[in-house]
Order: sequence, then structure tokens, then C-alpha cells
Amino acid sequence: MGQNDTISEDVKFSTKTDQYEGHDYYNLDDLLSEDHLLARDAVRAWVKQEVSPIIEHYSNKAECPTQLFKGLAEIGAYGPSIPTQYGGGGMDEIAYGVIMQELERGDSGVRSMASVQGSLVMYPIYRFGSEEQRMKYLPKLGSGELIGCFGLTEPDHGSNPSGMVTNIKDDGDAYILNGAKMWITNSPVADIAVVWAKDEEGVVRGLIVEKDMEGFTAPEIHGKWSLRASITGELVFEDVRVPKSNVLPNVTGLKGPLSCLSKARFGIAWGAIGAALDCYDSALRYSLEREQFGKPIGGFQLTQKKLAEMITEITKAQLLAWRLGTLANEGKATPAQISMAKRNNVHMALEIAREARQIHGGMGITNEYPVMRHMMNLETVLTYEGTHDIHLLITGMDVTGLNAFK
Amino acid sequence: MKFLVCISKTPETTAKIAFTENNTEFDTSGVQFIMNPYDEWYALVRAVELKESLGGEVVAINVGPASNDIIIRKALAIGADRAIRINAEPESALGVAKLIADHAKDEQYDIVFTGKETIDFNGSEVAGMVAEYLDLPFISYASKLEMEGQTATINRDIEGGVEGIKVDTPFVISAAKGLAEQRIPNMRGIMMAKRKPLEVIEPGDIPAPVSVVKYELPEKKEGVKLVDPENMDELVRLLHEESKVI
Ligand SMILES: Cc1cc2nc3c(=O)[nH]c(=O)nc-3n(C[C@H](O)[C@H](O)[C@H](O)COP(=O)(O)OP(=O)(O)OC[C@H]3O[C@@H](n4cnc5c(N)ncnc54)[C@H](O)[C@@H]3O)c2cc1C
Repeated sequence: MGQNDTISEDVKFSTKTDQYEGHDYYNLDDLLSEDHLLARDAVRAWVKQEVSPIIEHYSNKAECPTQLFKGLAEIGAYGPSIPTQYGGGGMDEIAYGVIMQELERGDSGVRSMASVQGSLVMYPIYRFGSEEQRMKYLPKLGSGELIGCFGLTEPDHGSNPSGMVTNIKDDGDAYILNGAKMWITNSPVADIAVVWAKDEEGVVRGLIVEKDMEGFTAPEIHGKWSLRASITGELVFEDVRVPKSNVLPNVTGLKGPLSCLSKARFGIAWGAIGAALDCYDSALRYSLEREQFGKPIGGFQLTQKKLAEMITEITKAQLLAWRLGTLANEGKATPAQISMAKRNNVHMALEIAREARQIHGGMGITNEYPVMRHMMNLETVLTYEGTHDIHLLITGMDVTGLNAFK
Repeated sequence: MKFLVCISKTPETTAKIAFTENNTEFDTSGVQFIMNPYDEWYALVRAVELKESLGGEVVAINVGPASNDIIIRKALAIGADRAIRINAEPESALGVAKLIADHAKDEQYDIVFTGKETIDFNGSEVAGMVAEYLDLPFISYASKLEMEGQTATINRDIEGGVEGIKVDTPFVISAAKGLAEQRIPNMRGIMMAKRKPLEVIEPGDIPAPVSVVKYELPEKKEGVKLVDPENMDELVRLLHEESKVI
């Protein structure tokens, strides 16, 4: 049974079939293995069946299609590269990449639902958790029985997480947690939150906070013009008693959250290509169907310039992602290399969304076509997981050895 | 129960069709291939469902070159237990049917499944020929299949209606829309498929009764002309002068 079968008919209001086809100008499929191709085609089919018919509706209403959490689990989108005994897929990093690409081809918000669960919740518990914590949470997170969120950003500390004020104080067998987190994907619907807070020595620690712990609330943030199908909220902690057994034992300091972000940013570098491909695909088809001055607009040089540049940029981004994936499989991808790919590919996708929007003329601003939705979504993607400029500074520091952050 | 599912590879439905070698060969450059949807969505899934409820084994079989392995892996990811590829070019329906029957004759399959047709040549020939080689009953265009013991109750699509049939195993059945619902393989299935056996066997004698003389594309359809309902004279004129039907 499909995930949308339980929702009413009028919700499935998209009358158009999703005609998306992938584009592979440089035969990069030849670089992918059988599993990668099967994974990609499976997720593409799932998106066409479960996401495309409903996404405009949910995005329009700024509502999260929570029924998809289960479907994402069934298809295997949570932690594809985490070992199977811990609820993951046991696949390699390129498989993880192509899965994110296909999800974001559908919608960046749906991809975010999966990225957070897999890379920001399952991954830290897998990497830094005790065996008990792994067994307690990971299989349930992998199967979608539990939904998680990741709390790093604070109202006054976004690009500079080291300034965080959320803190824990020792209280015997527990810590007392105080503070607030902001812009947290999935938080209002999450069962658990992986929260980063400073201990009394000012050292960053990771904790697993459960939804029904006293003093913990997760109000929703309204009014987003971007990532409207993904739910975002705060995390507010007022003297929350978190048992010491819920602290992630195997990491201290900012490298904990930063290594999760590397994982998620890797997925975003691939995901953004999906959004770009969807915009290009729609623009290409529209340019051949729409006629002005007696011929298809695709026949005009200015339209061709747009389309030619789009596919060129997509092809470069695909190569970057593939190489990054190969390095990641060998355990050699550096955080700075991941930053470069995240920054380049998301910016590429946003530029393509804007050009594709123009090719669609007035129709481009409506939800008849996916382009404006992708464009608005990508404004978030450009900002979260390290802003466009912050990633530039990371590359700048990497090549000069000089820190320009402060 | 033991089920054999015949799967074939076809061009993707949106593929641009062109020919080479003086119009005697299909031009595969730039064409994406998929598992024939009738084989995948209906035949294979129904076989897997029956195995899940009744126990047994689902074997997928394909006649084709090594480049077909990806669609065979997909069949394994969807739920077949093992697969066989007969290493030969599928040149004619009779050749394919003979090779499948050569394998199936000593294997005691309860049901041999195929799709009702492939979406490239739309021949609908292989299943009947397999049944003939194996001397088994053949039920075509099945849209429903239920088992009770060794007896199958089947609905088959016929012109203008549905025919209800009962038949005992073993038999050959070709699957139409409705027999099952498409299953999208998940990541676990894809990873498990890597460990399932895919046996490659070399072909025996292949009858080669047909050769392609030439392919032709159907004539391009003309666009539709819309005539204002007020303007009957124009309609009559077009029917008379342009399409010359009255
Ligand atoms: C929809 C959405 C979902 C999110 N989900 C999560 C989540 O699940 N978990 C989580 O922890 N966070 C999440 N975030 C938060 C996101 O990571 C932050 O918004 C991001 O890190 C930027 O922080 P900020 O918004 O406070 O902006 P600021 O840090 O205030 O930045 C404002 C501007 O100043 C620039 N800037 C800052 N410092 C410098 C500098 N040193 N040099 C030059 N320019 C600088 C930035 O590039 C930016 O342009 C989410 C955000 C959004 C919008």
C-alpha cells in the first residue's frame, strides 16, 4: 500500500503526471555500479508515486506530509550507509548520494526529512553512541518508528555554533539541561532530539533528549516561504533532567556536531543536483512545447544559452559529486572538500532554478511547474548546514591557512 | 511451490526509436532499458506474493547477454530467490521459448509466469510457445490468480469481458494489468540481491526461423484539426477534399 492511501482524494490534486527523466550528458552512469543504478531508479519511482502527486499541495499549505516518514523508512532512505545491524542500509557513500539526489529531485523538504533522520540523528548515535544507545534507538529510527531531530543552531548562534549557550549541569545520575535551539528541522514531530550543549567546563557534549522529558517543548516556527513541506521548530529546555546514560560517550567538542554536518552536507551536494535536474528537465520540455513568434521558444538563441549553460553546470556538479563520493568511499573526503561541493552545487541549483523560472514565463511562478518551489526551497539549502559564505571561508582558510571567520 | 518468472529487457517507454544497418537493426545508442513492465509489475510480483503466502521458491529467468544482469538484479531485489540467465541473444520468440523450455522441462515448476507481451515488439508469443514445448496448459492475459491447493482460479481478460477459469498446476500463465501491484525494490532488497545466486548457462540449439528484413516507423500522425461547431460546411469540405472519406 502506498503511503498516501490513507489521505483524502482531494489532496492528491496534482493532475499532471510527473514526466521527469534523468539527464546524463557525460555518460556518468558508466561510473556507477549496479546497486547505485538500482537504488537511484527505485527512489525515482518512489518519488513519482508518493511525492510528486502531493508535494505542491503540502508545500502550498505549508504542511509536512508526515505520512512520508514511514515510506522513506520502507524504501531505505534513512542512513543508507550505516551498517544494517544498526538500522541502516549497509550501502556505500555514492548510493547515499544518489538516494539524496532523487529525493531532492522531488522536494528539498522531503530530502531534509531523510537527511536529518539519517545523517544528523542516526549517524551521531551510531558513531558516538554506546552499544546500548545504538541498540535502543537505531533500529527504531531506521524503521521510522521513531523520528529524530538535531539541535545545534541557537537563536543567537547560527554560523558560530561554538558560542552556544545551551548548557548542562551535573546532578548525580543526570544532567540538568537549559537553553534553546532554533530552526530545527522535524522538531515539532520528533520523538527524540540529538542536542549539543556545553558542560560546566564549556566542553560541547551530545545528548539524546526524549520528547516526554519534563521541561522540554518543541514549538513550530511558522511563516517560512522556503522548505514549506518540511516542518521546522525550536527546542526549548527548562531544567530538563537528562539521564547520564543519554549522553553520547564517545565524543567531546564541536567535532561531534561538525562530523554529522559533514555527512549531511555530502548528501546535500548530491541532493542539490536533483533539484537542478528537475528544473532543467521541466525547462527543456517547456521550451520545446511553448511556441512564440511562430516557433518553439527552445529555438531562440537566448533560450538555448540558458539550457546549454544549465546542462553544462549540472554535468560539472555531477562530476564533482561523483569524485567526492569516490573519495568518501575511500575514507579520504576532507570536510573542506565537502564544503566546496555543498557550496558549488547548491548555488548551481539555485541559479538553474532562477533561469528555468524565466524559461517558463508566467507559468513559472505557479505550482503547475516545480521550478518556483525548488527555487524557494534552495534558499534554505543555501543557508543551512553552513551558509554559502561560510563554506567559502572554509575553502579560503583551507588554501591560505589563515582564518577569516573572526 | 516452485515458480519460474520469465523476464525480458525492453527499451524504456519514452525512448526515441531509430534504426541502423539499412533499417535492419534497432539503434540502441542513447536508449535506456528497463525490465518489461508486464513481467515486473504483474508476473514477478504475483509470483513473489504467492511464495510469501504459500512458501516455495521464485526463480527469474532471462535469455540475453551479460548487459541484462542489471534487470535480473532488479528482479532479485524485488523478491526472486535466484536467477538464471541463458547466455544468448534473444533473436526470435521461438528461440527464446525453446531455451526457457529446455531449462524448465526437468525443474518441476508449478507455474511458469510471463508478461502478456513485451512493450517493444508486442508479440505475445513466448508464453504460448513455452507451454507448447512443455506440453502444459496455457492461460493468457491473466488479471487475477488465486491458488487453492494445486488448483488455480484465474480471471483472464477477453474482448469485452472477463473469463473465469480453473486449472491445476503445472501451467503457463501470461500476466496482464491487475494481476498484482507494482513493488518498488527497497535498499535492503537491492543489497540482498547482491548475495542471491545468478547462474549463467550456455544455450543449447536455438531454432532461428525468422530474420529481420527491415524495420519501418509508422507514419507520423497528423495534428488534429479543430472545426468550429457552427461551421459545418468547413467540416464537410475537409472530409471531402482533404481526407477524401465522403
Ligand atoms: C529551514 C531551516 C532548517 C534548519 N534546520 C536545522 C536543523 O535541523 N538543525 C540545526 O541545528 N540548524 C538548522 N538550521 C539552521 C541553519 O543551519 C542556520 O540558519 C545557519 O547555520 C545560519 O545561521 P543563522 O541563520 O543564525 O545566520 P547567521 O549566522 O546569523 O548568518 C547571517 C549572515 O551572516 C553571514 N556570516 C555569519 N558569520 C560570518 C562571518 N564570520 N563572515 C562572513 N559572513 C558571516 C552568514 O553567511 C549569513 O549570510 C535550519 C535553518 C533553516 C532555515
